Amino acid sequence: MTNSWTDIKNTDLVIVMGGNAAEAHPCGFKWVTEAKATRGAKLIVVDPRFTRTASVADYYAPIRPGSDIVFLMAMINWLIQNDKVQWDYVKNFTNAPLIVKDEYGWSDGLFTGYDPEKRDYDKSSWDYVIGEDGFAAVDMTLEHPRCVWNLLKEHVSRYTPELVEQVCGTPRDRFLKIAEMIGECSAPDKTMTSMYALGWTQHSKGAQNIRGMAMLQLILGNIGVRGGGMNALRGHSNIQGLTDIGLMSNLIPGYLNIPTEKEPDWQTYMSSRSFTPLRPGQTSYWQNYPKFMVSFMKAMWGDAATAENDWAYHYLPKLDVPTYDILRMFELMNAGRVNLYFCQGFNPLLSFPNRAKVTAALSKLKLLVVMDPLATETAHFWENHGEHNDVDTASIQTEVLELPSTCFAEDDGALVNSGRWLQWHWSAATPPGQAKHDTWIMAQIFLRVKKLYQEEGGIFPDPILNLTWDYADPDEPSPEELAKEMNGRALADVYDTADPTKLLTARGKQLLNFSQYRDDGSTMGACWIYSGCWNEDGNNMARRDNADPDETGAYPNWTFSWPLNRRILYNRASADMQGRPWDPSRKLLEWDGEKWTGYDVPDIAPTARPGDVGPFIMNQEGVSRLFTRGMMRDGPFPTHMEPFESPIANVFNPQMRGNPVARVFASDAEQFATSEEFPIAATSYRLTEHFHYWTKHNRINAALQPEFFVEISEELAAEKGIRPGGWVRVWSKRGEVKAKALVTGRIKPMQCGDKLVHVIGIPLHWGFMGAARKGWGPNSLTPFVGDANVETPEFKAFLVNIEPATGEAVS
Amino acid sequence: MTTDPNLDSPRTAVSNPPVQPMQANLGPGDVVRASAMPDLPPPTRELTPVAKLIDVSKCIGCKACQSACAEWNDTYPEIEENVGLYENPHDLTPDMFTLMRFSEYENPQTGDFEWLIRKDGCMHCADPGCLKACPAPGAIVQYSNGIVDFIHENCIGCGYCVTGCPFDIPRISQKTHVSYKCTLCSDRVAVGQGPACAKACPTQAIVFGTKDDMLAHAEARVEDLKSRGYDNAGIYDPQGVGGTHVFYVLHHADQPSLYSNLPEQPRISPVVEGWKGVTKTLGLAAIGAAAIGSVLHGLMTRANKVSAEDEIHAEELVEGREPPVPPGREVL
Amino acid sequence: MNIDLSRRGFLKLAGAGVAATSLGAMGFGGAEAAEQAHVRAFKLASTTETRNTCPYCSVACGIIIYSDGDLKAGEQAKVMHIEGDADHPTNRGTLCPKGAALKDFVNAETRLTTPRIRRPGAATFEEISWDEALDKIARALKDDRDANMVLTNDDGVPVNRWTTTGYLAASATTNETAWLTYKVVRSMGIVGFDNQARV
Repeated sequence: MTNSWTDIKNTDLVIVMGGNAAEAHPCGFKWVTEAKATRGAKLIVVDPRFTRTASVADYYAPIRPGSDIVFLMAMINWLIQNDKVQWDYVKNFTNAPLIVKDEYGWSDGLFTGYDPEKRDYDKSSWDYVIGEDGFAAVDMTLEHPRCVWNLLKEHVSRYTPELVEQVCGTPRDRFLKIAEMIGECSAPDKTMTSMYALGWTQHSKGAQNIRGMAMLQLILGNIGVRGGGMNALRGHSNIQGLTDIGLMSNLIPGYLNIPTEKEPDWQTYMSSRSFTPLRPGQTSYWQNYPKFMVSFMKAMWGDAATAENDWAYHYLPKLDVPTYDILRMFELMNAGRVNLYFCQGFNPLLSFPNRAKVTAALSKLKLLVVMDPLATETAHFWENHGEHNDVDTASIQTEVLELPSTCFAEDDGALVNSGRWLQWHWSAATPPGQAKHDTWIMAQIFLRVKKLYQEEGGIFPDPILNLTWDYADPDEPSPEELAKEMNGRALADVYDTADPTKLLTARGKQLLNFSQYRDDGSTMGACWIYSGCWNEDGNNMARRDNADPDETGAYPNWTFSWPLNRRILYNRASADMQGRPWDPSRKLLEWDGEKWTGYDVPDIAPTARPGDVGPFIMNQEGVSRLFTRGMMRDGPFPTHMEPFESPIANVFNPQMRGNPVARVFASDAEQFATSEEFPIAATSYRLTEHFHYWTKHNRINAALQPEFFVEISEELAAEKGIRPGGWVRVWSKRGEVKAKALVTGRIKPMQCGDKLVHVIGIPLHWGFMGAARKGWGPNSLTPFVGDANVETPEFKAFLVNIEPATGEAVS
Repeated sequence: MTTDPNLDSPRTAVSNPPVQPMQANLGPGDVVRASAMPDLPPPTRELTPVAKLIDVSKCIGCKACQSACAEWNDTYPEIEENVGLYENPHDLTPDMFTLMRFSEYENPQTGDFEWLIRKDGCMHCADPGCLKACPAPGAIVQYSNGIVDFIHENCIGCGYCVTGCPFDIPRISQKTHVSYKCTLCSDRVAVGQGPACAKACPTQAIVFGTKDDMLAHAEARVEDLKSRGYDNAGIYDPQGVGGTHVFYVLHHADQPSLYSNLPEQPRISPVVEGWKGVTKTLGLAAIGAAAIGSVLHGLMTRANKVSAEDEIHAEELVEGREPPVPPGREVL
Repeated sequence: MNIDLSRRGFLKLAGAGVAATSLGAMGFGGAEAAEQAHVRAFKLASTTETRNTCPYCSVACGIIIYSDGDLKAGEQAKVMHIEGDADHPTNRGTLCPKGAALKDFVNAETRLTTPRIRRPGAATFEEISWDEALDKIARALKDDRDANMVLTNDDGVPVNRWTTTGYLAASATTNETAWLTYKVVRSMGIVGFDNQARV
């Protein structure tokens, strides 16, 4: 989230699209209700189903799964056509005036540079014209035909309300009503907030869905302001933290990158990360990258990381592919190329696509280690549960270790919420039986491996033997020690760079924040964006002052918000070119003639004069990007792409299937269905009564939603002879499930051009372990393909068929 | 945000419960009516009436109220089947005192589809039909703050409360043969807290406080709904049962039945009214005649447990003898 | 927002109320009603309160855990109730249907209590000691790493990556667990490293 949950109370209009906030995040959604009740805010919901969020909406429109880009681009087109644009914001705070290379273009659904063999683009034309001075060429009048604004106008001109009706199945009048509501928020004193979640990410073009809305929000001037923003409603309680700390194939904490093979040494690695400003006088904050990186390497390897050995650069693995994400790992596993696999609090048997493939892959492992508070399906994947897990147990040679770990009630530490608040919590209970903290388990595994290397030697033991491990109790590092490592500490006295006589932090002390990180090895700090969370003031994540001066919703002294306790990202953009708030009633920051003052920590140097430095300091341009240059694999603007399994062909290019640059493994391509074989569109989702596959272990939640079901329209039920509450069989090209039929008026067939598209909703909470009745999840059906940029599986749009089932499922 | 120390009844459900031992601030002296006890002495004080307001227009049907209710009351709702509905359990049960009910509605005026979700449960009527129908002395009581509570030790499981209730709320347990329903979390109210459901409710569609405060809040909510085009928005606080201490804000207050058959004009059944209109002695005699009652009402889940002692006691009462006065009684 | 202050005030009042009503209660006609009107005993009395946050979604609602036993006093403690923290700015004491039932997640019948192993081809798990399990894991890691670590690519560039072992990290663990996990996994050169950000 750019903003926080509590900030939503400041909004005038909420659009929930690509999510279902009332069901998946009820207590965050309370701030929508609050905005409605106290500000008269309105709520729009766009969703294939009439959800519980829709039940309290002011306006609802249906949309066919996987067609969001058409809706969003048409919305931008409508705003431009009807002059509903926050012009000062667009001209000054976005890259609308920047000039793009002549070679860039779009036709037949594809951008310039497409190579069908490689399934990739040559992105060299997707960039600015750079002048001889090294800066990007600009036309502040927006008249230049090649400026981003005019290219955007041209790009979205294809997306009309009629196209929305044809492709999305959204009635034209519904689209236009929503356009009018959104258009009002182009006024500087009106804001809209976007709340989205996996309804947008779990598509083969998920990242482009989100870009579409981000562009819309920029055009309305709604980024960086109170009550605005792009608010990704993260899923798990600490998925924000796990992402921040970089527990992903290609990440280093704080959104730094694991090197690739093309970066054989430190200098090469750093050279592509110079981030020189593209506008005169601009701050380009990533120029501090070396400080963050060196401090990270010192946190990992301490004295073994030196200037002489490039800070132990080769202790880091180098990637040969963009990522070893879950899809790639299970593809490799299924090919017999993975031997050991660890699942820490993770249940891939139910959460990864194409369950048949997941089962086959797990069956090829030598050893599977599961650490979990609960008995998961994954730990029991080899166990025969009749039709719910019909495996040949004896033939599965995988050895499985099931290790009992603690849960939230039994440990101390911080979780990061969706609004980037690091909130400390305290343990309240004794772990059951022999259950152990994950920190203890990880320490034990590490220390035993290290001991083996010490005793036996082995391949490249250096990064293991030299890993810093100076904990009071090496067997179980404490949360306090680990949190302090993430904040960072001075390894030598740290002086002010502007005044070398001024001591900032003495050797051995906790650093104040990342402004004290150094690239000379004198500081260590594992996760720069968290720095400030535990400095010499103590544990700022444990702060519990819930005062909110002037009721802005900021709660500045409640726990700690990264970065630097900043509550709203890009907050400099809440004020105009002179530094006056766009909306005085919703002041966030203001230029007082000498510095930025207000309710939040400025997202810019506090003395950077308005007009001198652009507000988006993490971008080399200093402005936000309507046109993303070559930073996304599938285009600098979002263009409509159908799901890999779609009931209709792409209107721009009937030959194009799914995302033309998404990675597809050969065996999976064979398992994509056509609409002739499987005519019904399906989508997956969560229900408010359950949390993923956890709460089926809970007797109360199991009672509130006891049994697997699918939601279908009255029309489809009539067509197929399906009885409400009766059993149905739903199958795709990859598998089948048996479910109860919930027949409802909340899903209606959609007329897309000359095709009537039926949609089935498939919730995801059932399996064969726990208190609830045995069932299946949508992953028995879904395709094994991910988003072209980040490999999020396409769970939200796929094809199935349905029929009444004979006989009841036996559990 | 919390309870004012100078007030007798809690003003909000938004506060954190105490952990220090404390005595309940709700007891026998606060009882204004008790089943089958017409000569109940007047209460020793008058508590400020409380109420729970359910604003269906803010309700997201999440069932946090059901969850919080089961957790607080330590009930064990059954894990049933899915029968093609969102209602789970499918009805109120002795282990599920509150239930979200879901209705799909195509609004003919706007052409819009609506999903009307209503939290069902005890309304805590000012004129409680259950209490009037109950033949067991002191099994159902009404406190001066408006809470209608079941004293389970006194319940004989006859099921008359179910007949007496215009909202079909109480449920008789097949295991304990006792009647159960929402207590308005009388145990929490007694220590200055609001009901568990109201505290949990994510959107605060359920709010708790004095009846007066809740009415004022409800009126403001109705105004907001009218400004959003719900011309018939209104308050459901049915006067047929004297008003209720759990009441609703409805977007379609002109059609309460849209909300899973919320009664248009609830009132106590004339049979129950007539029956309870007679004297205490007759009422108590009915305990002795419980078997007959069971045939008449056709509601019994089991034969009443009527001990010989009960019979004698009832006969004494029918013969006009006064019950013995407990020693040390003082009339305040 | 000082809950404690107001709670003390309420206690005083509650005491007075009880004193008054106990007199009135005598008139309740014990001969008629078997049991005097009373409310259920307040079940949180004498429990220990602990501030925590809900482990489910990313709203991270503040919760109060009520335990039998005080962990900080060195006692064994068991969760007996969980409720929203009214002092928390985001949820203001509210909880969703999952959060409101957290107690029965902590105390679920299917909580794991002992390390277990399923041998190749076996139809059941059997118990195993922590020591044995951890030694087995360490041995398997070292053997697989030594056998499959890729030190250089075809061009002779040091790459030091290990692709035959993978690690999925939990997205409900603390930052501190995550950082320790990061250290251990990265130091070994594992690249098949992921979390629940996408699923």
